[in-house]
Amino acid sequence: MLILEPRATTPRWLTVLTPVMAVIATMIAGGILFAILGKNPVEAIRIIFLDPLLDPYSRTEILVKAAPLILIAIGLSLGFRAGVWNIGAEGQFILGALAGGATGLAFYPVEGIWLLPLMTVAGALGGFLWAMIPAILKIRFGANEILVSLMLVYVAILLLSALVSGPLRDPDGFNFPESRQFHNAASLPILIEGSRVHAGVLVALGAVIAAYVILQRHMLGFRIKLTGQAPRAARFAGVSQNVIIAICLGISGALAGMAGLFEASGPVGQLVPALPAGYGFTAIIVAFLGRLHPVGILLAGLVMALTYIGGETAQLMLRIPSAAISVFQGMLLFFLLAVDVLTGFRLRWVGRTSA
Amino acid sequence: MKTAALTQPILIVTALVTLALFALFSGLDPVLLAVSIIIAAQPLLLAALGEMVVEKSGVLNLGVEGMMIIGAICGFAAAVETGSPALGFLAGATGGAALALIFGLLTQYLLSNQVATGLALTLFGLGLAALIGQSYAGIKPPPFPKLDLPGLSDIPVIGPLFFSHDAMVYIALALVIGVWLFLGRSRPGLILRAVGENHDAAHSLGYNVILIRLAAIAFGGALAGLGGAYLSLVRVPQWNEGMTAGAGWIALAIVVFGAWRPWRVMLGAYLFGGVTILQLNLQAANLTPLWLLAFGFFLFAIWRTLTSRRPLELLGLWLATVLTAAIAAKYPISIQSQYLSMTPYLVTIIVLVVMSADRLAANLNAPASLGRVFHKTG
Amino acid sequence: MTALLSIRELTKSYPGVLANDAVSFGLAPGEIHALLGENGAGKSTLVKMIYGLVRPDSGRMMLDGEAFTPANPQAARAAGVAMVFQHFSLFEAMSVAENIALGMANAPGRRDLSERIRTISTAYGLPLDPERMVGTLSVGERQRVEIVRCLLQNPRILIMDEPTSVLTPQEVEILFGTLRRLSEEGVAILYISHKLEEIRSLCSAATILRGGRVVDTCTPSQKSARELAEMMIGSALAQPPERPETTGEPMLTLTGLNMATEDHFGISLKDITLTVLAGEVIGIAGVAGNGQDELLLALSGETKSAPGQIMLGETDIGALGPNQRRNLGLLAAPEERLGHAAAPDMSLTENALLSGATRERLAWQGFIKPVTTANFARAIIARFDVRTPGPETAAKALSGGNLQKFLMGREILQRPRVLVVNQPTWGVDAHAAATIRAALVQLAADGAGVIVISQDLDELMEVSNRFAVLNMGALSDPQPVGEVSVEKIGLMMGGVHGEVADAHP
Repeated sequence: MLILEPRATTPRWLTVLTPVMAVIATMIAGGILFAILGKNPVEAIRIIFLDPLLDPYSRTEILVKAAPLILIAIGLSLGFRAGVWNIGAEGQFILGALAGGATGLAFYPVEGIWLLPLMTVAGALGGFLWAMIPAILKIRFGANEILVSLMLVYVAILLLSALVSGPLRDPDGFNFPESRQFHNAASLPILIEGSRVHAGVLVALGAVIAAYVILQRHMLGFRIKLTGQAPRAARFAGVSQNVIIAICLGISGALAGMAGLFEASGPVGQLVPALPAGYGFTAIIVAFLGRLHPVGILLAGLVMALTYIGGETAQLMLRIPSAAISVFQGMLLFFLLAVDVLTGFRLRWVGRTSA
Repeated sequence: MKTAALTQPILIVTALVTLALFALFSGLDPVLLAVSIIIAAQPLLLAALGEMVVEKSGVLNLGVEGMMIIGAICGFAAAVETGSPALGFLAGATGGAALALIFGLLTQYLLSNQVATGLALTLFGLGLAALIGQSYAGIKPPPFPKLDLPGLSDIPVIGPLFFSHDAMVYIALALVIGVWLFLGRSRPGLILRAVGENHDAAHSLGYNVILIRLAAIAFGGALAGLGGAYLSLVRVPQWNEGMTAGAGWIALAIVVFGAWRPWRVMLGAYLFGGVTILQLNLQAANLTPLWLLAFGFFLFAIWRTLTSRRPLELLGLWLATVLTAAIAAKYPISIQSQYLSMTPYLVTIIVLVVMSADRLAANLNAPASLGRVFHKTG
Repeated sequence: MTALLSIRELTKSYPGVLANDAVSFGLAPGEIHALLGENGAGKSTLVKMIYGLVRPDSGRMMLDGEAFTPANPQAARAAGVAMVFQHFSLFEAMSVAENIALGMANAPGRRDLSERIRTISTAYGLPLDPERMVGTLSVGERQRVEIVRCLLQNPRILIMDEPTSVLTPQEVEILFGTLRRLSEEGVAILYISHKLEEIRSLCSAATILRGGRVVDTCTPSQKSARELAEMMIGSALAQPPERPETTGEPMLTLTGLNMATEDHFGISLKDITLTVLAGEVIGIAGVAGNGQDELLLALSGETKSAPGQIMLGETDIGALGPNQRRNLGLLAAPEERLGHAAAPDMSLTENALLSGATRERLAWQGFIKPVTTANFARAIIARFDVRTPGPETAAKALSGGNLQKFLMGREILQRPRVLVVNQPTWGVDAHAAATIRAALVQLAADGAGVIVISQDLDELMEVSNRFAVLNMGALSDPQPVGEVSVEKIGLMMGGVHGEVADAHP
């Protein structure tokens, strides 16, 4: 029978290979799912994974989708490494969009190059403060950050809905629950002509580089990793767990908040109740798929964005329901967790059955 | 230290009395209110009770939301297709258990991280339920009859409160009693607790940790599935995408609130059911959020009065309570419904904080191996 | 004598290790048979096979002349084999009765069981209250729970895995009384230990294991402790180093150190007063769970204390964290290697950074200096003869002895003014232990103050200048090592533990 044996060291190629294995397994299982739905599996997989790469506009759209995913996942990965489970990035995303967006709307119609940086800071601050709620409750009272941050997602969704149908509603909008369109100075500049690729893509890239430096070369990264791997050793090394909790939740909240603002002032162009779109949750998958490593997250974010864009096309061309794409992404995380066992353990075949 | 043990009961009783008084003054029928609270509490009770057993075995399954929604759609689809709500509940339980076993397989055999796997379960469950449920939107499920006991059901107040519910209400109650007896009195229950307390010791005594945990996980999934099916077949009753709306997560909080004890879990479920129903009724009544804020301050002030010895803090809290109440009485500004809809989630957070603040009491009953990966060596 | 249990050519291998290599021996009824060997000699694997926890790769076991292949511990228990584990298989948040019921195939009803626990435990001189929560019991009492659990099943073979490492000398005597009585009743006892005097006084036969093989058998009472030790280790023992006179300056002063425990089942430190002089080693003895961990945490800075209770030289350090204390020269090495002193999955270089970052200046403005850090790790490896492929190896891949040498070296190379170590040679092979002890004595000789917390009395006798005992969180007055006897230490350690605990609830 097959048994698992702990590994002393994990070969590097394996850490890289397992996510690829997970993607392939998901393609196969996804194909089976599509076949059950009565669609041509090969065609569906081709439309989802290949076609977007061949079309220039779709390629830019991948970047647009990937930017918020990567930005949020980078922040989450720091916390996940430290054992701080921020599950409420979706809420911090919304609060960032609200805080930054409200700042932009407050200065309507003032033009000025300073407005967008101000909105970005406000967005990051909004996400940061929203994330500090679970952080403080965890530090001060020991309340579970998973449940608190998640409950705050629902609160944030309701808050967004309340504000865009209340104080932030477009005065000329016939009572529709949405804000006015951001004016020029409050909109993100477009990087590539004829596409929706915005400055947020560069910020996401910057976050990847910064996270890489922190994790590989800085004591903060070392302390984060130490806290996650051996909490008592971290205490022995003089690391304050409370500080790590605050930093990890704070950074991930600020990054999610920024992502929310970029989404609002970039592709969407206004505040609407449907703004969230699940980025905060998908980013969890991205963080794990990227093995909590900044470069891995960059690649995983692109792959995940690919399935979004491809999924939309598949929805149109094959009438594959949108829910199928969520199932697809959920399966990806399952397969990833399943093959992950190979990095910590090796499979061995033993001839005789053992107890 | 003596008051600490009484803190929570005092808080709960105060909250309930205040709310009941309020209901009477607003002209709501307290009996109807109580009945709808009971119905609202069932999905939470079932899911939380199942999760409690899972956690007692030392496993933290964060996928309750996913298992509930799968239970909701499986139950709904089966009931619609067969015309039998009973078969629907069976299907809901099966669906929940099947999803839970994916979690069991990954965490117990492939040793994956329980937090991540639980999250994956929720994301996957939400997607899969939406996929299955596409053709079921806007349909009415077959009605699930109430078990009217002739004579008893007709007694005013007592009848509708105790003797006129559907079968699931009684089944849930039986499950609470069953779980209570199982964990506290039976040998298998003792073994399950032992596995959750110290899996290495249980293993060295020769107990099959993995198998026991798988059974607990499947049971938890089945109950979450039942809770979901109750939601789509009785409570709403309809199928909507994402209809659990955080109920699974609240169930997780209820387990913490219940300190891993079946009766307290039941109390927690009714408390949350109450909050949900009340916030719906508040929107009809003339209760402004300022009153709600005053109520919150009031409870918080009582809590701190029982636990804290800092006079300034207490003075501040009571002052805040009185001031908010005064402002609320003077300015009856109504507010957008969204803010009232936030209350169940905010209450969850507050409950978590209050429960976690008393660390010693909360930890004593918590299974010591909760969430730790078990791998037998040698 | 006919063998009750006979073992023929048992072999078991784990990846990279041959844990048991064709081990054979026999066990007669009523015999107390010692399994003697160093850590890693294969004793635990052998008894786990007898107890049904591990399946042998090859070889046979015979019980009463019939093939004996227990599929699991339940089967072994049903055949009359019982075992008391070194690391107890107990459940802290459950009662004594529940713990015992879990170890029985068909436990009687609650009241019946409680009655039988009371009867049996008093009959064998090991009184127990069935309703007590195990987490509130002392270590000695916990062992009683394990033993009574075995006795309730009328075993024919009782396996004891290092039972005395957690007991006071007086408790050891009581245990031996119980074991001798069982042996008179015809129970065969398989006694695992590396404590030679105990084996000489208790056991009627001994099988000596080294590197997974049976290297010798003997009648222990006819051998000297030194002969037994040399059979066990396979080479002559090193002489303990000469101990220099000490009259140094006070380095670390504890004045009425009090600290309430954070842990549910932990021990609070009570009024600890102690002065550590430059150039001396202070040995702190005590049975496990009497505040050793708490004392180390209080000194390392992982828990903070009230002002004026801990002075390093002239500085009050009670409020300082671990790194600030390191900067001032107070270093510590905790007992638990993997998870507390070291991060198991991190490389040796990263583990060097773990405690060395501040004092060795391994980072600048928070940015890690990779070359300096790696050099520090290499220096430790070279100076303390750590056997490892290189500094990039994960800590968990090292053997206990090598990792402990690395962790001790990590602190010693930082030139501490005061070093506190807890259980410096626990689970370490004899050669590494000797190296570590010599390094600690040398550190003191070079002018540092050293505190060694240990449960190994022989070790403390060897390295310390002065000696104190930690009991229920309180520390006795330190006394020069020459002036104490083992009996006296035993009484300082609290005599028989349960009685002391009952006297001061």
